[in-house]
Amino acid sequence: MVVVTAKQLDEIVHMLAGRRRVLLLGCNTCAAVALAGGDREVETMIQALQLAISRRGMTVEFVGGVLQRQCEPEYVEAMDAEDIDAILSLGCGAGVAMLAAQTGIPVYPALDTLFIGAAQGLGSWRAECSACGSCVLGETAGICPVTRCAKGILNGPCGGVNDGECELGDRPCAWVEIHERLESQGRGASFAHENPPKDDSAGEMYQWDLSAKGGSR
Amino acid sequence: MSLAAAFDSGRFVVTSEVGPPKGTDVAAMLETAEVLAPHVDALNVTDNQAAVMRLSTLAACVHLTQAGHETVYQVTCRDRNRLALQSDLLGAASFGITNVLALTGDHVRVGDHREAKAVFDLESVQLLRVIQTLNAGTDMAGKELHGTPEFYAGAVVTPDSAPLAPQLAKFEKKVAAGARYFQTQAVYDLASFESFMRFARRFEVKVLAGIVVLRSARMASFMNANIPGITVPEGIVAELTASEDAASTGVQIAARFIRGAREMCDGIHIMAIGAEHLAPRVIGEAGLTREVPA
Ligand code: SF4
Ligand code: SF4
Repeated sequence: MVVVTAKQLDEIVHMLAGRRRVLLLGCNTCAAVALAGGDREVETMIQALQLAISRRGMTVEFVGGVLQRQCEPEYVEAMDAEDIDAILSLGCGAGVAMLAAQTGIPVYPALDTLFIGAAQGLGSWRAECSACGSCVLGETAGICPVTRCAKGILNGPCGGVNDGECELGDRPCAWVEIHERLESQGRGASFAHENPPKDDSAGEMYQWDLSAKGGSR
Repeated sequence: MSLAAAFDSGRFVVTSEVGPPKGTDVAAMLETAEVLAPHVDALNVTDNQAAVMRLSTLAACVHLTQAGHETVYQVTCRDRNRLALQSDLLGAASFGITNVLALTGDHVRVGDHREAKAVFDLESVQLLRVIQTLNAGTDMAGKELHGTPEFYAGAVVTPDSAPLAPQLAKFEKKVAAGARYFQTQAVYDLASFESFMRFARRFEVKVLAGIVVLRSARMASFMNANIPGITVPEGIVAELTASEDAASTGVQIAARFIRGAREMCDGIHIMAIGAEHLAPRVIGEAGLTREVPA
């Protein structure tokens, strides 16, 4: 899923200055699961914003709503934005972009989009993929070196590994984990495979059309 | 004598390190080089070491080469993409700089420009392969070069890395990718270095043992706690603690290690880190004193 987190209230208040009636719009897919864009978070944010705004002597009216997925036009088209002069999106960057493209009214992000990740426990997620466009997980025992190695190294640990910890001190060394898991699966020999430099163009694809798959370009 | 020739001559090779200045004044760097030069076969020039921004390594190598020194051009992958790396390498070759040490590099987050974008378009193994490609007369895109470099490529290894197995596996990859010599992270334990060398001797590569001269017990403890892959044994820390002249004791500790390692490896690399004046003493105490023939 796409992992997101709420911005500081001050930053949001600053963005909304001068707005009259703002729609706070949650997203019921990734952002809701990340506990940042569901019903409850929309409610809580409205209350927090009302308080912060009135403290500053401003008046803004807030209405709340949640779309199933902000990143799909069908849901956005079905939405009621009557008499709304700005949308505050509690979705990821893709949700904000879709809302802005479809509605024609100013849309502001209430969240920061962090990464594509997986749940580690209640309220905890870890980055697992950077959408590089040419996946090597098959060779790295399902541990992404692009994402989980701080340097995106493709050929084994650097000299900074410290008792299995990354030199940055914020994570286990991805390459120690890859080596361990390959060994435990009897695939230790594949560690010796030299991974060539990545094709960076694969990761900066602008658009993907399913119809292009297998078809001629 | 070139570094490659020094290795081939069978002598016990000595290299040391100089860091480019933060600023344009290269006088102190050149002075340090003059102090070290009579005792070493080559001077290694660091590349924004520890991710701290400094004058470019290539420019520093040019200054040093023009002053008559044999340099080792350190190249990290942190700050440049594959175009910039290749073009700087060709630039170096055009100035007659042939020794290259290929490194991935410390992360920008540990340096003095923490908000910078970390590049890492390539890493050490891939960079070694690129150097090999350039030596063969083409660039990474397969385009022919007008004028081909003759780089002598080296790499680094951390013999006390924990865990060790993946580090050794990577060492093998570096050998396969064209590393001809290795410079190790600082080592202090002769027995553990010997076991590393038994492994390294299975390959056709030269190994320089990394020496960092300890100047106090505090420095030793600091390195144990903070520098990944360096282990200063308790006995050595105690020796420094008991000493009244810790710097001299540090010199003796380094010299003792070198005498012990002399039959195991092909030379030493002294990382003086701010105490370049100690390097000649270490070399003297280790019995390596000699004028390097031109
Ligand atoms: S290799 Fe690329 S596609 Fe695969 S998990 Fe990592 S970033 Fe994602
Ligand atoms: S310590 Fe491991 S995870 Fe961290 S940068 Fe080095 S190889 Fe990557």
